[in-house]
Amino acid sequence: MNNIKQIFFKGIIKENPVFVMLLGMCPTLGVTTTAYNGLGMGIATMFVLIMSNIVVSLIKNLIPNKVRIPAFIVVIASFVTIVEMILEAFIPFLYDQLGIFIPLIVVNCVILGRAEAFASKNNVYHSIIDGLGMGLGFTLALTVLGATREILGSGSIFNLVLFGENANTILLFILPPGAFIALAYLSAIYNKLTLKN
Amino acid sequence: MQYLIIIISAIFVNNIVLSQFLGICPFLGVSKKLPTALGMTGAVTFVMTLATMVTYLMHSYLLVPLGLEYLRTITFILVIATLVQMVEIVLKKVSPQMYQALGVFLPLITTNCAVLGVAILALGMEDATLIKAMVFAFSNALGFGLAIIIFSSIREQLELVNIPKGMQGVPIALLVAGLLSLAFMGFVGMV
Amino acid sequence: MKKLESTFFNMIISLTLVTLIAGVSLAYMNELTKGPKAEARKQKQIKAIQTVLPEITNDPFAEKQAIAVEGEKDSLFVFPGLKNDKLAGIAISTFSKKGYNGLIKLMVGFTGKGNIHNIVVLEQKETPGLGTKMTSGSFLKQFIDKNPENFDLKVKKDGGMVDAITGATISSRAFGDAVQTAYNTFVNEKKNFEK
Repeated sequence: MNNIKQIFFKGIIKENPVFVMLLGMCPTLGVTTTAYNGLGMGIATMFVLIMSNIVVSLIKNLIPNKVRIPAFIVVIASFVTIVEMILEAFIPFLYDQLGIFIPLIVVNCVILGRAEAFASKNNVYHSIIDGLGMGLGFTLALTVLGATREILGSGSIFNLVLFGENANTILLFILPPGAFIALAYLSAIYNKLTLKN
Repeated sequence: MQYLIIIISAIFVNNIVLSQFLGICPFLGVSKKLPTALGMTGAVTFVMTLATMVTYLMHSYLLVPLGLEYLRTITFILVIATLVQMVEIVLKKVSPQMYQALGVFLPLITTNCAVLGVAILALGMEDATLIKAMVFAFSNALGFGLAIIIFSSIREQLELVNIPKGMQGVPIALLVAGLLSLAFMGFVGMV
Repeated sequence: MKKLESTFFNMIISLTLVTLIAGVSLAYMNELTKGPKAEARKQKQIKAIQTVLPEITNDPFAEKQAIAVEGEKDSLFVFPGLKNDKLAGIAISTFSKKGYNGLIKLMVGFTGKGNIHNIVVLEQKETPGLGTKMTSGSFLKQFIDKNPENFDLKVKKDGGMVDAITGATISSRAFGDAVQTAYNTFVNEKKNFEK
């Protein structure tokens, strides 16, 4: 039981893909102009991560070692395409917002990384837990970053206006440099909090 | 003139790393030393231009005529992965010296989202042609190179500076990237 | 179960199988989502038309007309809105290629007199975050109820009357350009819809 808990929680805090492992930085910086976008991207990635973890752990013995990476990539790319289709059909607003970063989930190193480092060595059940934990850690990081940038840059959170329509907000934070700067301070805060323990 | 606009826009105005957020992983990962940054730039330039050429041809002569556009992502990533493998094998045979320099970076390129990103973005260009797509890919690679070379030079200097404990490592690197990105915003409106 | 050996034969077979299964399931998913995807695109346009036009009683989508623009491959679409068989307004889906990242698509609604009733952004690739500034707040408000006949759609920097979005003059310029194209079409086409 402890083991399961450990697998689940390591993705959220100790091995958080964004703050600790520095994986999947492109969508992290690219789509987090609002909390909603961050959350949407996080959930889309989590879906692909869990599904590819399941499939990879199921077929791990059927794939010869030398071709495992291309095979994993095909599996991941299929689920990404499925996510793209679902978003376009049922959540077109989010589809427009995330744009090119949806197909780019394929090259999010978090997913191939977990397939290679975890799912290809563990059973299905553990792989699901791992995908869930890592996915939640990723989603959490993106949502926090998105919320920070939205509050500072647009004066709202989840499209709820906080400081009134014409408030003077720090526009910089929804522009590209703001993404780097906001993440810099967030990860400094994260370091500060974890270094203490 | 048209090509000049594509080149300037890709390198300075819409810099792939600093304003499009593609290729951040290698940008942060292999930028601690200037020589490795140079090596990565070489490998990326080579693969990106070649990959865009192949994916562009495949998309317009295979996927579109057959109505298989939905296989875009899967085809492109396979093309890139295969290409990286082939470049590695050829380089090893033809020029062991260059292989020594670039070899370690090649496997990393498969998961460099800039390569896939540029291949996809090239399809969305206005009145795209093969030449235009390749010029676009090549200049984006140069943009990547410019960003990572400046960045790594700054990081080499940063090692000599006393930084508060919490800001060491990633946070200060991101902060520097933010300031660089701010500087590149000055190019907005040039084209 | 023991792991499959990396023989040439095994490698070819397993990779082919994986790709085949992936290809077939994607084709199936594509068929499955084709309908909803087209529906989503249509709903988006219908919703945009409803937002930009005053109250109407007909289905403007059913009466849409394509109008060619000089020097462009793409055409504009005109959606006449009627209330009790009288022209209440015209929605025009328009575009500009002068955006920071190329194409910007808008739906602009004009009342019968040519006043701008409302504008919806259909598609844009502008800098994330800045693009959304076009859709809400004070930038959009300055267009509403204005008549382009006496409201110059150029940004103030270019001698017009539009207050540009801070940091996004190019996007603002393209926005005005698209509205201007729509207005020109409105002026040319209006008589065809007046009954």
